[in-house]
Amino acid sequence: MKRAILALTVLGATVAVAAPASAQLSEQVPPPRQSWSFAGPFGRYDEAQLQRGFKIYKEVCSNCHSMNLLSFRNLADAGGPGFSEAQVEALAATYKIKDLDDSGQPTERAGRPADRFPAPFPNEAAAKAANGGTAPPDMSTLAKARTYQRGFPWFIFDIFTQYQEQGPDYIHAILTGYKEAPKGFPLPPNGHYNEYFPGHAIAMPPPLQDGQVTFDDGAPNKLNDEARDVAAFLMWAAEPHLVQRKRVGFQVMIFLIVFAGLLYFTKKKVWHEVEKPRELAHGQDPAKTSI
Amino acid sequence: MSGPSTYQPQSRFLQWLEKRLPIGGLIHSSFVTYPTPRNLNYWWTFGGILSFMLGVQIITGIVLAMHYTPHVDMAFNSVEGIMRDVNYGWLLRYVHANGASMFFLAAYIHMFRGMYYGSYKEPREVLWILGVILLLLMIATGFMGYVLVWGQMSFWAATVITNLFSAIPGVGEAIVTWLWGGYAVGNPTLNRFYSLHYLLPFVIAGVVVLHVWALHVVGQNNPAGIEPRSGKDTVPFTPYATVKDSFMLACFCIVFAWFVFYVPNFLGHADNYIPANPAVTPSEIVPEWYYLPFYAILRSIPNKLLGVIALFSSIAILAFLPWLDTSRVRSARYRPLYRQFFWLFVIASVGLGWLGSKPPEGIYVIISRIFTFYYFAYFLIILPLLGIFEKTRPLPNSISESVLGEMGPRGA
Repeated sequence: MKRAILALTVLGATVAVAAPASAQLSEQVPPPRQSWSFAGPFGRYDEAQLQRGFKIYKEVCSNCHSMNLLSFRNLADAGGPGFSEAQVEALAATYKIKDLDDSGQPTERAGRPADRFPAPFPNEAAAKAANGGTAPPDMSTLAKARTYQRGFPWFIFDIFTQYQEQGPDYIHAILTGYKEAPKGFPLPPNGHYNEYFPGHAIAMPPPLQDGQVTFDDGAPNKLNDEARDVAAFLMWAAEPHLVQRKRVGFQVMIFLIVFAGLLYFTKKKVWHEVEKPRELAHGQDPAKTSI
Repeated sequence: MSGPSTYQPQSRFLQWLEKRLPIGGLIHSSFVTYPTPRNLNYWWTFGGILSFMLGVQIITGIVLAMHYTPHVDMAFNSVEGIMRDVNYGWLLRYVHANGASMFFLAAYIHMFRGMYYGSYKEPREVLWILGVILLLLMIATGFMGYVLVWGQMSFWAATVITNLFSAIPGVGEAIVTWLWGGYAVGNPTLNRFYSLHYLLPFVIAGVVVLHVWALHVVGQNNPAGIEPRSGKDTVPFTPYATVKDSFMLACFCIVFAWFVFYVPNFLGHADNYIPANPAVTPSEIVPEWYYLPFYAILRSIPNKLLGVIALFSSIAILAFLPWLDTSRVRSARYRPLYRQFFWLFVIASVGLGWLGSKPPEGIYVIISRIFTFYYFAYFLIILPLLGIFEKTRPLPNSISESVLGEMGPRGA
């Protein structure tokens, strides 16, 4: 057993040491860690927070950012923001969706739950032209597509502490990280100084201010709160099955640990016959010993 | 495969079948009565773990292929469709992606074990070479699978790796164009990678059969590095090896499940959640962790052609290991000097893995060069000379004696 534990330790350490630290540009200020309801082995999304985050996305982000991979219906999926199907239907109907009519002519109709969220710009060139030459990234996988370098040895500890929230931490930091550029900083035209953006010059103007979005549940809406809520929403958008994954994971873990334990004792029993000489070597009668 | 079968079919149907196709006897002699050295430790369980991982990858891969679209405009979104809309698609995909890492992890442990105990030595040379071929096939398969996701890292890894062939003088550019099926990495490249990524695992499965066959002809090596001399030195595969392998496999699956369910993107790269964009180069192009040692060797050499030669040599040299190691003693247990050089080799290999993820500048380049030098010196200088000059410890007379010796007053 000692050997097995040693083997597993070495095994884990090998993965850890050989794993790449996620690369980002040098000189990046690490974002401050936030506490997220969906962190850790029993993490779950906070429905109210996702609903607030969705409101921010709808009123602010979606003016420039697409979210092409999500449909209205996803808002009612289990483990998500927890909207009812009726709410989703009513929400979808407020959108105008481009479609073809029966004679093949372009038309606009009211949205349905199965429709994808419509993009703010018809194509990437239009998105670039309207935003000073940089197309705002699609938000479907954004929270998993952004990270920051953890560095040695922290990235090894992250395996065991299950720190996986670099993306939302980074998004929250960007949204709250706008500052006056330090004197002499060569800020390009259309650039904005952001403490946490690699290279500090970000094309996106500060999108959120204190009190910009009023929440239906009366939750605080300072910039910091808004940034947290929308980052949590984006994490859900990028990983909609996180809650199910962690729940199934716990069940699998329980099974595997019990199963491994049973196999260990089976192994001990089976090998006892072979390992009897061990007792002989210690001056005992093998027939009188048990496992 | 070891002597005439002692298999006695129980049912009349199996007796009938055995006279016509002795498959029952083959399975019985290979996986039930097959004698395994009684002193095998847990490092010997990784062969079984690797077979399991190959099965996992093939099964999840076949189901993923049912939902995947190999087209540059749809590949990324079809992977996301699997993650979002396919029932348990997220599980299939995370198992497959992390399964590749676990497969390599087990393969590297399996290889280091073979090196530590001299498992490649006569009469197991062919067994070892088949293993090196398996590693090569795994590298090719893993690389092409990573490209299929068609994220930024997929695209740029494909570009960088295929471009290695352009270093070949004269025909390099033509070869790269031929590999791409065009003048840049594009749809024809993605399509052929998909085709080959589906084909190669079955080639791997075929070579695994040869590998196991060769193993069953020569028998397993063991920690003492001496051949079994009598029935007292071995135990039948079932139940002894079966139950020991099963226990370690379950432990391995706990590690595997931890990655799949709790940190599924830890071993991946965030940039691969950005769709491939030929117009934007990522700030750093880093391969998957299991290629990093080879990547570090490539980058530690300033000349491109020589770097590529070093990269391929670092894998090819493994095939010559049975003849580069001149010592007649197999196990590092009885080779006090070899043992130290072996652990230095492990440090150099893992160190190269870390350096491969670092930017190729400053102190990193210098350490990479030292480790790369040691990597090759280990095979080409140290092992040939060590066999001549090393004073080895006396070997035990038999496996059972070595087992009993361990259990003496000194303790296990």
